[in-house]
Amino acid sequence: MTIRAEHEIHTRRRGRNLGIGLMLGGFVLLVMVLTYVKITNIDFNDLPGGAVQTQESS
Amino acid sequence: MTDTSTTHSGEYEAQLGDYFALLKPRVMQLVVFTALVGMLAAPTSVHPVVAFASILFVAIGAGASGALNMWWDADIDAIMRRTANRPIPSGRVQPGEALAIGVALSGLSVMMLGLAANLLAAGMLLFTILFYAVFYSMWLKRLTPQNIVIGGAAGAFPPVIGWIIATGSFSVEAWLMFALIFMWTPPHFWALALFMRNDYDDAKVPMLTVTHGRRSTRRHILAYTVLLVILAIGTGFTSIGGPIYLTAAVVLNVLFLIGAIRIWKRDEDDSEADNFLIERKFFRLSLWYLFLHFGAILAEATLRPYGFGGWS
Repeated sequence: MTIRAEHEIHTRRRGRNLGIGLMLGGFVLLVMVLTYVKITNIDFNDLPGGAVQTQESS
Repeated sequence: MTDTSTTHSGEYEAQLGDYFALLKPRVMQLVVFTALVGMLAAPTSVHPVVAFASILFVAIGAGASGALNMWWDADIDAIMRRTANRPIPSGRVQPGEALAIGVALSGLSVMMLGLAANLLAAGMLLFTILFYAVFYSMWLKRLTPQNIVIGGAAGAFPPVIGWIIATGSFSVEAWLMFALIFMWTPPHFWALALFMRNDYDDAKVPMLTVTHGRRSTRRHILAYTVLLVILAIGTGFTSIGGPIYLTAAVVLNVLFLIGAIRIWKRDEDDSEADNFLIERKFFRLSLWYLFLHFGAILAEATLRPYGFGGWS
């Protein structure tokens, strides 16, 4: 059986849950953007064997 | 009228704002600002996204240490007027919740700073959290009247972390910014202790006012201010200083020194007569003092690429 009556506390909890949800969403978005920036700005010569690969390709 | 945030059992249900208050937002502001200045004053540029994420994780780490401090100090916070309304002593947040939030956010912030910036910055953030939450809160604060002096280091690390985020290493300039906050902290808190009067006595926290008396505290404020003045003006001649910083530093340090001398000259009767007006003014000035010194360092760093900042 579900509780149908909406109590004021439910509205308050919804506000709190929404706030936490938005923060988690923001965190996921930040990690995505950070990953994109890290990958696109990486200097492959700094990786192990990176300099060797560059010499071979040139 | 009923309290709208209580459950049917009458227990208060914490709101998001109560959890946020655990993180000491005002301290976080100072941490964010000084860490940002440390990062921007460094000679290496940082990608804006990396910079934003790094400063955010430093702020979360600072907040986490604040939550751990509130969890540990809930008993004395309940006694002191200044802190009695904090989330735990006022019953809005349970101690276990504060501990869980503090530990979880500490782990998250250190791990994420390591991924966003570098491992040295993450290590320094972890050290800062442990220094504040364990070394200062759990040990020093209730043990020695030098609690503020040594514990002040915790608040002084953020510009060093900011510098490491940008450069990946330590430097003299980063430690100068550290020293500025480190030397500023004792006069700032001792002025507060003078006009908060019985708070620390009641809570049995061995502040200098309690252990060595108020006359000695006034002498200590002056002594630390003299050392701070030398350091702050001397910093003006280093690579993070420049004409803007030096001008600001001279004006601010003259005002600060005058304030410290006035506090030193007064006795308790003078202070009681005007409800600690001079001490309160000195405390307010100390907030502007730090903000404007770091603001001047930021101005030098920002103008440097255009040929205005610094001495060159």
